[in-house]
Amino acid sequence: MPKRTDLKRVLVIGSGPIVIGQAGEFDYSGSQACKALREEGYEVILVNNNPATIMTDPESAARVYIEPLVPEIVEKIIVRERPDALLPTVGGQTALTIAVELARAGVLERYGVELIGASQRAIEIAEERLLFKETMEQAGLPVPQGGLARSLEEALEISRGLCYPILVRPSFTLGGEGSGVAHSEDELRSVAKRGLDLSPVHEVLIEESVIGWKEFELEVMRDRNDNVVVICSIENFDPMGVHTGDSITVAPAQTLSDKEYQRMRDWAIRVMRAVGVETGGSNIQFAVNPHDGRMLVIEMNPRVSRSSALASKATGFPIAKIAAKLAVGYTLDELPNDITRKTPASFEPAIDYVVVKIPRWNFEKFPGADTTLTTQMRSVGEAMALGRTFKEALQKAIRSLELGRLGLGGESERVLSAELIREYLERPNPERIFFIYRAIQTGVSIEELAHRTGIDPWFLAQIEEIAHQERTLRAHQGLEHIPGELLRQAKRFGFSDAVLAKIWNTSESAVRAKRLEYGIRPVYKKVDSCAAEFEAQTPYLYSTYEADECEAAPTARKKVIILGGGPYRIGQGIEFDYCCCHAALALRELGFETILVNCNPETVSTDYDTADKLYCEPLTLEDVLHIIEVENPEGVIVQFGGQTPLNLALALKEHGVPIWGTSPENIDVAEDREKFALILDELGVKRPRSGIASSAEEACRVAEDLGFPVLVRPSYVLGGRAMAICYDKSDLVHYIEEAACVSPAHPILIDEFLQDAIELDVDAVADGEDCVIGGILEHIERAGIHSGDSCCVLPPFTLSEALFEEVRHITRKLARRLNVIGLMNVQYAVQKEKLYVLEVNPRASRTVPFISKATGVPLAKIAAKVMAGLTLKELGFTQEPAVQGFHVKAPVFPFDRFFVDPILGPEMKSTGEVMGSGQTLGEAFAKTQLHLKSRLPTGGRVFISVNDRDKPAVVPIARALAELGFVIIATRGTAQALGQAGLDVIVINKVSEGHPHIADVIQQGQIDLIVNTPSGKRAHHDEAAIRIGAVKHRVPYVTTIEGAQALVEAIRTLKAGTLTVSAIEELQRRLCRYATNACRSSSDRLLKRGIGQGMPSVGPIT
Amino acid sequence: MALLALEDGKIFRGRACGAHGMVCGEVVFNTAMTGYQEILTDPSYAGQIVCMTYPHMGNYGVTAEDVESARPWVQGFIVREISERFSNWRGQMSLDRYLKEYNIIGICEVDTRALTRHIREKGAMRGCLSSLDGDPHDFIECARRAPTISEENWVYRVSCTQPFTIDFSPSEGRGARSESQGPHIVVIDFGVKRSILRHLRARAQRVTVVPAFWSAEEILQLKPDGILLSNGPGDPAILTNAIRTARQLIESERCPIFGICLGHQILGLAFGARAYKLKFGHRGANQPVKNLLTNRIEITSHNHGFALKDLPDELELTHVNLNDGSIEGFRHRKLPVFAVQFHPEASPGPHDALSIFDQFCALTSGHAQAH
Repeated sequence: MPKRTDLKRVLVIGSGPIVIGQAGEFDYSGSQACKALREEGYEVILVNNNPATIMTDPESAARVYIEPLVPEIVEKIIVRERPDALLPTVGGQTALTIAVELARAGVLERYGVELIGASQRAIEIAEERLLFKETMEQAGLPVPQGGLARSLEEALEISRGLCYPILVRPSFTLGGEGSGVAHSEDELRSVAKRGLDLSPVHEVLIEESVIGWKEFELEVMRDRNDNVVVICSIENFDPMGVHTGDSITVAPAQTLSDKEYQRMRDWAIRVMRAVGVETGGSNIQFAVNPHDGRMLVIEMNPRVSRSSALASKATGFPIAKIAAKLAVGYTLDELPNDITRKTPASFEPAIDYVVVKIPRWNFEKFPGADTTLTTQMRSVGEAMALGRTFKEALQKAIRSLELGRLGLGGESERVLSAELIREYLERPNPERIFFIYRAIQTGVSIEELAHRTGIDPWFLAQIEEIAHQERTLRAHQGLEHIPGELLRQAKRFGFSDAVLAKIWNTSESAVRAKRLEYGIRPVYKKVDSCAAEFEAQTPYLYSTYEADECEAAPTARKKVIILGGGPYRIGQGIEFDYCCCHAALALRELGFETILVNCNPETVSTDYDTADKLYCEPLTLEDVLHIIEVENPEGVIVQFGGQTPLNLALALKEHGVPIWGTSPENIDVAEDREKFALILDELGVKRPRSGIASSAEEACRVAEDLGFPVLVRPSYVLGGRAMAICYDKSDLVHYIEEAACVSPAHPILIDEFLQDAIELDVDAVADGEDCVIGGILEHIERAGIHSGDSCCVLPPFTLSEALFEEVRHITRKLARRLNVIGLMNVQYAVQKEKLYVLEVNPRASRTVPFISKATGVPLAKIAAKVMAGLTLKELGFTQEPAVQGFHVKAPVFPFDRFFVDPILGPEMKSTGEVMGSGQTLGEAFAKTQLHLKSRLPTGGRVFISVNDRDKPAVVPIARALAELGFVIIATRGTAQALGQAGLDVIVINKVSEGHPHIADVIQQGQIDLIVNTPSGKRAHHDEAAIRIGAVKHRVPYVTTIEGAQALVEAIRTLKAGTLTVSAIEELQRRLCRYATNACRSSSDRLLKRGIGQGMPSVGPIT
Repeated sequence: MALLALEDGKIFRGRACGAHGMVCGEVVFNTAMTGYQEILTDPSYAGQIVCMTYPHMGNYGVTAEDVESARPWVQGFIVREISERFSNWRGQMSLDRYLKEYNIIGICEVDTRALTRHIREKGAMRGCLSSLDGDPHDFIECARRAPTISEENWVYRVSCTQPFTIDFSPSEGRGARSESQGPHIVVIDFGVKRSILRHLRARAQRVTVVPAFWSAEEILQLKPDGILLSNGPGDPAILTNAIRTARQLIESERCPIFGICLGHQILGLAFGARAYKLKFGHRGANQPVKNLLTNRIEITSHNHGFALKDLPDELELTHVNLNDGSIEGFRHRKLPVFAVQFHPEASPGPHDALSIFDQFCALTSGHAQAH
């Protein structure tokens, strides 16, 4: 059946900010779907409030709405745009939830919008546990025993028919949030209670636990002719009980015989039919009892998912793209397989390699959080690696994680106690894989390991083979006498040069030299979806140590390699992938062959048609150097992928690699505190004074010299890790005791802390001559809160024009001094009208996509072209872009996953961001505060409790809230301050003052908004309890005075009901036109100058 | 150490696994990611050295339940990695031990992807698999001197020599049934897979398996209600007796006839279609076939190096391969004769086309009732 012609306009809902459980994979699927629909001539209307996405680029859709992802706003867009259809399956749980709410409210029917891809009924069956269970039972498919409870009493009732452990899973939550396992009735009470609270429909599933069973997933696609194909099977290394997003996963399934696999496939098809997914992709999870093969259906997602993104990257089959085309009426046999171009999409990929994905966690950012992995996902990113064997892929995946471990093995012979090993084996935790390895090394048997971990013996045996190989390697004394065959064998087992260097007590470069002397190099194999049965047209490659054949086939064209950012983590997220993609697109426009290297399956950059060529490889020196050796590029770009590629810059340059843009030496200067301080002094630019200390006493002395408060951090960690503000000596002593060990080898850095300073973020592009500012952002929160965790506003709203001039002037001076070529980000603080430079990052920053969305100027593209040799003048980018209205970028935090005190500080904790635009600051800010799960209230009870410093400032805020109709509740101290100002306040007990206290009231759902600023010193138990309570009970809260001020403005706007929606194009129409012209004209000029070579073989990007 | 020497002079090196020794055969590749045991024991692979494209083999061991015949039939087995340790609740022994027990010569740690690409480019060819010491050139010579797949009649080696009524355990046959009830199907054994017999049996049939060399007369004396021409190894064109038998059975118009794989080719040739050798064949569990009668896509299991072309007008094309457009099935426009090139019995592979057994068995039941 050909595509439908009765549809013209299709609304696509994105997944919004990056949160745990819903991350960059939805930008990948969403932008693929948008592209697919546009290819077919449909007018795409897109709504997504995550500015750091490729899908919100103007090229993705006819109309892009960067507006809040809540039903009432989407309804406004529907009213405005009148789409014929809504595709809800590429925007994660968020899009499904909004679609169902709109359908239930009759909005879709009222405006004649058809749900395509998944019907309301199918979504409901898949989402509502009981309905799903019934549907499965009707289809004759076994599911775990249990039932649905809407109250604690019902939960206990159901549990009586089951054996413990019992699994509790709330309906309609993201990433298994709120799920848990109860081993006793007591535990069941607390887990069920939390699940009921977290479920938006107050419903939990209580069922028999299949913890310890093997877990599998199938990625399935179905078309309107009822053709069903399985794209990929995935086996979880970690057994049931660990969320699949927190599991190491392997594709294809390794331990199923054909009989078992085909039965699973048959069931998957029956699930698709029973749920009624008419078109598109779904993910179906199964549990298999390892002892008797009993199989159960666990759940299904009638949409693209994290696993489908992984499956797409693992097989080369673009699930989201095909799903979009199936949704508009095509059948599988009508669509070509992109990779072979000759065979149809109606087949099941066969792969001839092993794919391993390992999650990346950020527990270190949340001290006190329990690191046990459970059914609730808490990883923030993942790395994927391909190898010809599981061993190779596993080793590559581990070194892709950038945890400082470049694979298994090579660790000192430090003996771990049997007790410790056992603890770390039985309790699923991020370190478990390393403890398994150590356990094997200390002689623990596979049987015992399997028993303790529930991990399949096949996987354990593979790890054992690696350990045995390490033993063989260690038996050889020193690198000098290593036979070539043994070295080759080591590489085939996935050992990196760095690990081999540790084993043989030598340097990585010595191992590399020895290896090259023997001619041992990796070869590159293609990901072709068909195990080489047909010729692949798409160059998507991975390295492996095979003897016979390399398929890299480097062309004679001029090439640029763009190094990606690796796994997402807090501080290095989707923004950097966005910049990498833009660099690839821009340089392709210039006629270069673009080559991307990345190992993060949740990205657009690892889509095989973003760049001309894709290498899925770890971003380590060894792996990157081999690619460079094969491809011999004109240049390598390290500026766009965040810290990961920057860390390689100097070493790459030492190997003679041409690094484009700002020189690695100057990048180093900017990152080295001492060198950088000298430069600032030389330029006569103010900076916070600083010192360094190697003992606690010295630290106190330095701090007293600088004057409290001070900003302290260990010298050996980057990115704000373990950074803190100390307000007095006792704070400092406490910090040194708790957070950092201080010694001459590990000194701590101490900076003057600019209290009550306003922070600015400036992004600019420089070409060595000129420097043009892309945007100046003012933070709402005062200095001291990590820039990634602050709300930023474009344009600034409190500062004088004179100060801006100074900012521009200093920015240009810095660019010239550091000879910046490409992007540069400068962070300033303004204290008492004085400007201080906090840091300079000569690279892409987190704020680049946001500024580009707000101004319509593709900064990353311009920077990439500058790095290729064009000047800003040639690109026509000579003036700081004008800004219309206000744009706010607000962070989104994962505290609801960790339940630690959600206060903000110098260490970044947010996982993502949303953007809101409006004619007033209040409107723009209000739009950033509308989330599916927590809306800013327009009335009700506000609880206010602030520290003494903030008491004067909170009065006008409280007054404004009272005027807006809020009832004010406060603890004694704050109440007194407010009462003196003439406000009516209800006084409530602190937690320490006994029941009923504030935490009780929060728990009872009687508080609608919380304003609570930390007392500055280490958080008191009381405050923490309030804030954690707010997180748990989804009460909107704010922990800074400035945030509260903005919130008041936002509430005012919401209350006035004047929120309007507009497509981003409308805001920046004028600027857009300019930007497009700049991009178009540049490639001609570059060609004239002989840079780049001819037009790319692949068609131009639309 | 072990090596594979191809007739075109290319050498692939690896490590010996399974039995040691030297063997020659046609080198082919299979892209199925599971089902190595079914592949090893599929008689259609007789005479062939099979390279598995999925790198890990032996992960779930070997079990007596999953065999497709009494023993492995491949000449040799080429893998990237053979699991020393297997893991599956049904696993009984390791793949390596199984190969050794049945004296199947294997090689592992081969760049199987490079080998597959070589065969894809150059076509299936003869090879010599050896774990013996010797000059590689001698092994290349051996490969060149080995008979081609069309020069040897493998069917007569794999077919049964005596007719038998199949005797499954009750669990496999859905409970004991009287042998005298239901229609009677005669299977001509060109190298039949047990799964075909299981599917016939599961549909309440009486099944007699007869040797490939039986004449039409002998077969018809069994008073069949349906005849199935099974799968099997080799080049159909050299099976002149079988083609003649097939023609006589068709002309007798006595009962419905169904062909699978080699049986499909024999039936086609009997009708006057032509057979040709595919460059490297279809071997895998992911081949998309369009059923032109239902307009649905069936993902099917394949194992064939030859295919039919030039179907005569009396035959209607019913199945076509979506990858290369090759003929995957036909039926006679008037007679109850039909055949498929792929393996509806799967094993290994998806079950999408299983219903074809229902259709055949419905026809035979109709025949049994009419007579």
